[in-house]
Amino acid sequence: MITKRIIACLDVHAGRVVKGVQFVDLVDAGDPAALAARHAREGADEIVLLDITATLEGRKTLLETVRRTARELFIPFAVGGGIRSADDAADVFDAGADKVSINSAALADPTLIDAIGRSFGAQAVIVAIDARRDPDAADPTGDAQVFVQGGRKPAGRRVVEWALEAEARGAGEILLTSMDSDGTRAGFDCELTAAVSQAVRIPVIASGGAGNVGHFTDVFDRGKADAALAASIFHFGVSSARALKEQLAREGVSVRLPC
Amino acid sequence: MRVTVIDYKAGNLTSVVKALRYVGADVEVTDSELSLVDSAERIVLPGVGHFSATRRLDSTGLTVAIRAAITRGVPFLGICVGMQWLYSGSTEAPDQPGLGFFPEPITRFPECGEKVPHVGWNSLDARKSSRLLAGVEVGEHVYFTHSYRAPVTADTAATTHYIEPFASAVERGNVMGVQFHPEKSSTTGLKILRNFMEFA
Repeated sequence: MITKRIIACLDVHAGRVVKGVQFVDLVDAGDPAALAARHAREGADEIVLLDITATLEGRKTLLETVRRTARELFIPFAVGGGIRSADDAADVFDAGADKVSINSAALADPTLIDAIGRSFGAQAVIVAIDARRDPDAADPTGDAQVFVQGGRKPAGRRVVEWALEAEARGAGEILLTSMDSDGTRAGFDCELTAAVSQAVRIPVIASGGAGNVGHFTDVFDRGKADAALAASIFHFGVSSARALKEQLAREGVSVRLPC
Repeated sequence: MRVTVIDYKAGNLTSVVKALRYVGADVEVTDSELSLVDSAERIVLPGVGHFSATRRLDSTGLTVAIRAAITRGVPFLGICVGMQWLYSGSTEAPDQPGLGFFPEPITRFPECGEKVPHVGWNSLDARKSSRLLAGVEVGEHVYFTHSYRAPVTADTAATTHYIEPFASAVERGNVMGVQFHPEKSSTTGLKILRNFMEFA
């Protein structure tokens, strides 16, 4: 049976893993290669490394960090941040990534999705969407807005519409981050995740707000997520992916165990 | 333990080469040097993406060289599209024939409300005796990402269930294929690559 994936996310700033709350207030959490290896050992199904300041600083992805992290990683490995062209993506794949995650650059030029998909296959393209609900809108999930530049700027796009366009252009997965929930450990935005997951035919990775096991069962059940991503709950030793998956299995969620 | 990895520009080879080296293989990569295929001890054909990419195998003469190597009994492992290429062809690219070592066609998962592509970790269910999967237990998980799949036949070494059972591994003689990505399937995947490199 297909299992629900638990993805460990490494937000990297200046070559170190950091963790923020609602996208700000960064705290140091360690070396990316060492942490990725630890997460893989401890049962994570996939690793996502996001170079969170590459776009803001207008530079390319930290390829040496990617290379070092990929060296002994034998589970899927996605990299995002600073990928603005198919050539940038090629460099990241050469450094050992299996997938790239694109966000601001795809909104600036949606044909980037087509270009990377054509060269490397849809399975290699994750379109990451930073989403914020509009509490005053008639339909807070349907009207949820996409943000760019590390969540600093509204993109003028609705989340579900953008996800559908990304899929049509050849994205293989959607990584949906709820900015309202990010870093709060108060739970994923299940309504928004479900709205996106039911609109598209490609897998949706839910992100933002993981704090306890119930949040994961919720986002797989009510949120219709195919995978869930978490960072801080693993880095600070709150729980390993394996411990989390053992608890999820007891709750009836299909997960990769033993791992 | 030498292995020749075929590069036909279908996705990224880095992960496959890295995993083969990790299990101790002496890896050489070729995209057109037929002499390397002619002298190959083992051949791995990776591949991810669109079936039409296999056209390049024909245009470079690799198809003929690989067919000859298989006839000589050189162990061959196809991964993902590399496995699909062993079949007669794929409805993904109807004008592009496969090798035809296995006579069946590759077809797309049916539309039924489940998501396609099939992405993620899924289990190896039914199994028959297999050198490639030696020591791999029923229920172990491996990583998939694909929209097309091979039917279950007498050559099927393992099945996996997504919408319906399909062939997640195939094996006849020294010709082997896996629909999943062993290079991304943690310890189970590395065990399978090691089996491929070490079977006599």
